[in-house]
Amino acid sequence: MLAPGTSTSLQSAGTAVRPALRFLTCGSVDDGKSTLIGRLLHEQNLIFDDHRAALGRDSKRHGTTGDDIDYALLLDGLEAEREQGITIDVAYRYFSTERRSFVVADTPGHEQYTRNMATGASNSDLAVLLVDARKGLLSQTRRHAVIVSLLGIRHVVLAVNKIDLVDYDQTVFETISVNFKYFAADLGFKTITAIPISARHGDNISTPSENTPWYTGPALLEHLETVDVDDDRDTMPFRMPVQWVNRANSDFRGFAGTIVSGGIARGDDVAVLPSGRLTKVASILGSGGEVDSAGPGDAVTLTLADEVDVSRGDVFAAVRDRPVTGDQFAAHLFWMSNERLLPGRSYLMKIGHRTLAATVTELKHRLDIDTLAKLAAKTLGLNEVGLCNLSTASAVAFDPYAENRDTGAFILIDRTSNETVAAGTIDFALRRASNIHHQSQTISRDARSGLMRHKPAVLWFTGLPGSGKSTIANLVEAELHGRRVHTIMLDGDNVRHGLNRDLGFTESDRVENIRRIGEVAKLMTDAGLVVLCSFISPFQAERHMVRELIGADEFIEVFVDTPLEQCIARDPKGLYRRALAGEIKNFTGVDQAYEVPEHPELHLQTGSNDAETLASKVIDDLVRRKIV
Amino acid sequence: MSWRKTNHRLRRLEAEAIYLMREAVAEFANPVMLYSIGKDSSVLLHLALKAFHPAKLPFPLLHIDTTWKFREMIAFRDREAARLGVELRVHINEDGVARGISPVASGSSVHTQVMKTEGLLQALDQWKFDIAFGGARRDEEKSRAKERIFSHRSASHAWDPRNQRPELWKLFNTRIKPGESMRVFPLSNWTELDVWEYIRAENIPVVPLYFAKERPVVERDSMLVMVDDDRLPLLPGEKPKMMKVRFRTLGCYPLTGAIESDADTLDAVIEEMRGSANSERQGRLIDHDSSGSMEAKKREGYF
Repeated sequence: MLAPGTSTSLQSAGTAVRPALRFLTCGSVDDGKSTLIGRLLHEQNLIFDDHRAALGRDSKRHGTTGDDIDYALLLDGLEAEREQGITIDVAYRYFSTERRSFVVADTPGHEQYTRNMATGASNSDLAVLLVDARKGLLSQTRRHAVIVSLLGIRHVVLAVNKIDLVDYDQTVFETISVNFKYFAADLGFKTITAIPISARHGDNISTPSENTPWYTGPALLEHLETVDVDDDRDTMPFRMPVQWVNRANSDFRGFAGTIVSGGIARGDDVAVLPSGRLTKVASILGSGGEVDSAGPGDAVTLTLADEVDVSRGDVFAAVRDRPVTGDQFAAHLFWMSNERLLPGRSYLMKIGHRTLAATVTELKHRLDIDTLAKLAAKTLGLNEVGLCNLSTASAVAFDPYAENRDTGAFILIDRTSNETVAAGTIDFALRRASNIHHQSQTISRDARSGLMRHKPAVLWFTGLPGSGKSTIANLVEAELHGRRVHTIMLDGDNVRHGLNRDLGFTESDRVENIRRIGEVAKLMTDAGLVVLCSFISPFQAERHMVRELIGADEFIEVFVDTPLEQCIARDPKGLYRRALAGEIKNFTGVDQAYEVPEHPELHLQTGSNDAETLASKVIDDLVRRKIV
Repeated sequence: MSWRKTNHRLRRLEAEAIYLMREAVAEFANPVMLYSIGKDSSVLLHLALKAFHPAKLPFPLLHIDTTWKFREMIAFRDREAARLGVELRVHINEDGVARGISPVASGSSVHTQVMKTEGLLQALDQWKFDIAFGGARRDEEKSRAKERIFSHRSASHAWDPRNQRPELWKLFNTRIKPGESMRVFPLSNWTELDVWEYIRAENIPVVPLYFAKERPVVERDSMLVMVDDDRLPLLPGEKPKMMKVRFRTLGCYPLTGAIESDADTLDAVIEEMRGSANSERQGRLIDHDSSGSMEAKKREGYF
């Protein structure tokens, strides 16, 4: 039960006046993160009686602390975590003292689960980085410091834990603190507060410990209660990404969203980005009804004075201080997937409320976690951080992440698996794109096409090696030629002898191969031709990229569907035989996957039909689409 | 109105919940709000009406009726739906009813599995909802504390706690494959006290069972069970007695324990909670069947 007159209670409101301090605990595995939070809650009388009873039972069963209570079990809420005695995913706890309320994210230390640590860090203002006094700074400690810095956290507590196990030795503490400050010199932290603690025994957690008389700084809790994590979003320029368009009735058209920075008042002029159109705020609907003004964090619905075109993903901004708009920028990426980054591949980027296609055009360097050295790299793997240039399918509005965490952050999503593969923070816009203006041409695309008696199109034949793509494509071209249609054939083997002879068969080279062919095909359609492309093109993402490049109206994906056994049996070039013998690496169908098209315009099954029949199906389709 | 100027914490939580609801509606084709009639559902519904005002609620409410809810809950549900003019869909697992499943005859674990979890999955499949809003909060239970705000479910509605999508900033990856779905928890970061303070600040109606009143109860396994109707078989020697009790959490009536209390107003309820030494779900029998039982239920599709 609670002692009367305790300074905190299980359900204290804390100081509701200011928002809660959001912090995370991080650091390497077994450095005592969950134990620290458990201990803090225990000392502040913040554990419910029934939870404490359950904790006692669990400690006997799963505990790793002998006869003592294992406070980590208070937070390790998943069965797998309790069985293995490790933290796998981030846990959130909410507590209050008289001075402040807190949201704490307890994050995993295992390298394997670093992305879950990043999840906890992305919404925190301060990081408590734990270090085992016996082990000092480990690679994973440094990795967490880098991620914390990358995600814009500017206040760090270096909690040197298990200080009891080094006999409360001041020298050990000082050495670790100095080493860390040296390492973190370039990480941009505003404050680094080092505190010697014992999470298990409670030294310097809520109250200063008698075991460390040489330490004169604050105990951890006191520091957390008083630290100032300056929130200057009030004074920053106005930004509000449009989240949802509210069309309640024919008279009402409101734009719902959350203000991420700055303030807005009725009658203010605002810019709509990326279009750059100007308008005026007619009314502001807040969560408590109509208001005159609103500020950062408020979820509002704006109505405008004019009928401007605004949709989800656009950004409202201060007219005199607008975000950058562009389609190319430099950004840091934290890679979170087991599938490596493929420069050139088309990913989906979610930035604010906008989701669009994006490509890493160049990887500038990868960061060495231990030395912070910038290393040349072709790709990023799981848990790696790098700086790269990105290009988006169309212009977006953004701010550098250092200036605005809400409008400068993005995630990348794999189109096929839907996995969140990377977290990104924008550094700066690349001016290249805006400096290379498209040369305006006297003769238009339509004018060129007008000389032909047909429309331009790309016929994209995809399928396993030996499935019959080229055979069918040749028959189709012959028939089109007979009908006086201007055609051109781009064939995998032929292109690889010329344009793409510098490319091999690794995943990233295959991506670049298809990108170049897509660009060439695009030029050919600009010339008014019907382009026949015959490429294995095993990945969905690249076929999708070409589709977007060409435009859905002119892109016809033809899936030549031949069972693998049949391709192997045919083996027209003897390649399967060699691949199966291990003489050719990265061979589609053998040691590299072929991703079957989900919605091809034409699905040709070769098993029951001969090539002529299938070719005429393609012709019929072109006629039906009024291309020829 | 004025509370928003002084209570910044609650104001942020309110705005965050509205943000999450709008995001779900903008990103999904066929959303639904799970409505369990409790205080969290009352708050969720209140927030949803704000989020889409002046438009009508762009999704229906769904109540999975186990047929063992307190009578006052059902009356409150129908009253609120009518008052607010929202579309309410009620689903009962008729197969479970036909099999005679009940908390009394089948035990809490089978009853919950069949009437709640299976009932929920039937309804989600029947109407092909691709995202369901729930009022669960991370402070309720420690496996909930681990769950994402936008939580992915496989085509068979399973949660994979070991492989959750990273969830950075407020950028939610809402992409799913055909047949898959998501659950979204707009109150994830609220505590029990936040919920009550918001109910007080916004004057939100809740089921009267949350307030103390003389009610007929029997004491069983150190739990006070309210005798809500004549379906609760009394054990030999058991005799309902009138006690001043209230409920901290509401579920199926024989599985939800009452607490002795004099708190018959909102202020008194909040005051009592601040001093409470026990957690909210302590009175929920279904949480304690086995260690990790909430996680196991959630993996099977329970909210």
